[in-house]
Amino acid sequence: MNYHWNWAIFWEPSPEGWGSYADMLMSGLYWTLATSIAAWIMALVLGVIVGVLRTMPYRIPAAFAYAYVELFRNIPLLVQMFLWFFVMPELVPEDFGRWLKQMPNAPFYTAVISLGFFTSARVAEQVRAGVDALPRGQRMAGTALGLTLTQVYRYVLMPMVFRIILPPLTSEFLNCIKNSSVALTIGLMELTARARSMQEFSFQVFEAFTAATLLYVAINLVVTFGMRWLEKSVAVPGYIGSSRT
Amino acid sequence: MFADFDFDVIVRSLPYLFFHGMAFTLTLTGLSLAGSLVLGTLVALMQLSSIRALSLLAMGYVNLMRALPLVLIIFWFYFLLPWIGQWVTGASRPIQVGAFTSALVTFTLFEAAYFAEIMRAGIQSIPKGQIAASQALGMTYWQTMGHVVLPQAFRAMIPLILTQTIILFQDTSLVYVLSIPDFLGAASKVAQRDGRLVEMYLFAAAVYFIISFAASTYVRHLQMRIAVVR
Repeated sequence: MNYHWNWAIFWEPSPEGWGSYADMLMSGLYWTLATSIAAWIMALVLGVIVGVLRTMPYRIPAAFAYAYVELFRNIPLLVQMFLWFFVMPELVPEDFGRWLKQMPNAPFYTAVISLGFFTSARVAEQVRAGVDALPRGQRMAGTALGLTLTQVYRYVLMPMVFRIILPPLTSEFLNCIKNSSVALTIGLMELTARARSMQEFSFQVFEAFTAATLLYVAINLVVTFGMRWLEKSVAVPGYIGSSRT
Repeated sequence: MFADFDFDVIVRSLPYLFFHGMAFTLTLTGLSLAGSLVLGTLVALMQLSSIRALSLLAMGYVNLMRALPLVLIIFWFYFLLPWIGQWVTGASRPIQVGAFTSALVTFTLFEAAYFAEIMRAGIQSIPKGQIAASQALGMTYWQTMGHVVLPQAFRAMIPLILTQTIILFQDTSLVYVLSIPDFLGAASKVAQRDGRLVEMYLFAAAVYFIISFAASTYVRHLQMRIAVVR
């Protein structure tokens, strides 16, 4: 018994009533990108705030940030998605919970929120590492010049921190895209889920997964090259990572 | 909010959750850790090999594995392994591969790519002079690696290896997509049978949190101790 290859399968109409199997995968690609980009924006905003809080010279914000990072880092993403999707609507007031459950596109919003929080803890760790990597003198010099703490962060520390942590942030963004596939467990029809359902409808397992694999590799290449270009264009002359010395 | 929180369902299902679910999770984590450490070290050696074909092959493998989501790779191997089995054994039809074997092979091959990156960094952190010295003593390649380079590389990378193991432990929850009753799968089964989603998922989250948090705190202490020694 041999596997029957049929690469023309992508142009056959899908049983969903619209478009071909290729269109089906493309819609999966769209949801993968929409979910991961929305989650990434959320993760960046929260992650930078929490990461900065962790390096503040105040006890309570630093402790809060520590707890935040540990909470979201030490529970598997899949479990977090289940918590947001199945558990959260039960724990809020009943009317609000019912509204949540009836919301159209609920898997998408849930996926964005859980992936956003999950990734934000990782971003926060990178931001903290970036701030810690700067010489202590920079913070002191800023303070000696009479800058407030906010100004020290805004004008002295963060501009360098963002440049330092661009490479690790690139891999976090790639992780974020890959992790969006976990959302298929709560019913989000993203790329992996689409490949899986194409396999179920057409029985062409390997064509479907090969197409999904190539699409993921393509996303990876685009992001890697895009970020490399960004790194080069924001590099400060004289520092590591700049082509000009 | 927590008025009808049913602790009893957790207590009742404890033996099932831990003796079946957690035992499965830990077995899968342990076996794939052992397998992927060995395989990852070999891949790292291939990456650093002076034979161009070997290093290209290893690099391609690592980059491909790292570009793909784990869920997709779990599906890939789940469908691919029966065909590979047929090809290897020369059977007339695709062979039956159990879900556990499939998950074990998947995690071993997937994590090997990540461990390869860690081991490569470890090997590269060993001063070149040590390799030159070993060669001057007349040691073969495998003697140099086995007695001089790898033991040190391994020791230097222990914190990273442990951190990756914690990630592996969390990642095993993804076998849920194959409907295997690992710890989360077991919790989910009870949750759906008894209609107690809130209790079971919160409990599962707490257990994962406690184990991972304890382990990562330990790794941090270990890292500090190693840092002081240096």
